[in-house]
Amino acid sequence: MDELDRKIITATQAGLPLVKKPYAAIAEQLGIDSETVKLRLQQMLDKGQIRRIGAVPNHYKLGYKANAMSVWNVPDDKIKELGDQLGALPFVSHCYERPRFLPEWPYNLFAMLHGKSREEVADKVQQVVELLGEYCAGYELLYSKQILKKTGLRLKAKD
Amino acid sequence: MLSALEKQLLNDYQQGMPLVSEPFAEMASELNQKGFSVSEQDVIDCLGQLQDKGLITRIGPVFKPKSVGGSTLAALSVPAERMDEVAGIVSAFEQVNHNYEREHEYNLWFVVTAGTQEEVLQVLAEIECLTGLTILNLPMEQDYHIDLGFPLWC
Repeated sequence: MDELDRKIITATQAGLPLVKKPYAAIAEQLGIDSETVKLRLQQMLDKGQIRRIGAVPNHYKLGYKANAMSVWNVPDDKIKELGDQLGALPFVSHCYERPRFLPEWPYNLFAMLHGKSREEVADKVQQVVELLGEYCAGYELLYSKQILKKTGLRLKAKD
Repeated sequence: MLSALEKQLLNDYQQGMPLVSEPFAEMASELNQKGFSVSEQDVIDCLGQLQDKGLITRIGPVFKPKSVGGSTLAALSVPAERMDEVAGIVSAFEQVNHNYEREHEYNLWFVVTAGTQEEVLQVLAEIECLTGLTILNLPMEQDYHIDLGFPLWC
């Protein structure tokens, strides 16, 4: 990723302008041509640095009011296999491995679960419990009580 | 309530939209093949409304965490009577892009994203200093999510 990629990220991270030619608008802002903007975005997509370019839904406002961060304690030597299975479930929107901090934090696998109600989420938790089977040494659900701040990635422009 | 067009736009374009010079014209044409009768301007207006209503946070690229700069998920165990104060301190950092109150002993969870890993650690240190609380720092080590799309109304 070079300086131009960073500039394009900075110019697009808060969203594309809703105009007929959004990439031309970004290009004009950066003083480059719009083909370059599209090419660079495509390259970042191909490399996986950009997951997708699209409408970013706010699940909470769309009625998915029950969102639980589920945290799981699974054996380190099984985490890749289990993480791959968990991450592929349709109701999981994020699935990450994170470090444990013992004794207060024994969980190493995080999965965001979404549903319209807690009953629906509880049903999904049960599916995860069954999937992990004997490898689940414990889990907790952290329901969100309040969204205090939610914005896109903010990368500061380098001066 | 969502209109038929709003639903379709959300469903079809949360996973991606055409990376072409005039994406909204392309989207209008795709929608019209599905039985809609909309113009490029209708698509632009509808996306603007979805954004104004907060149903979408933006239209644009979603960057993979860690591919640019540094980021981490951090948690604090905040005494109930200090929640407003501490949440305000955390949210005030421009490097904090998500901040959630959750039902747990660790009740404040936030994501810190910055140009460098050093800046992330500096923000965490400042938050600890300002709040007097100890942060649980849980950086992502591996991403297992496979993006298959998220059904919005089934």
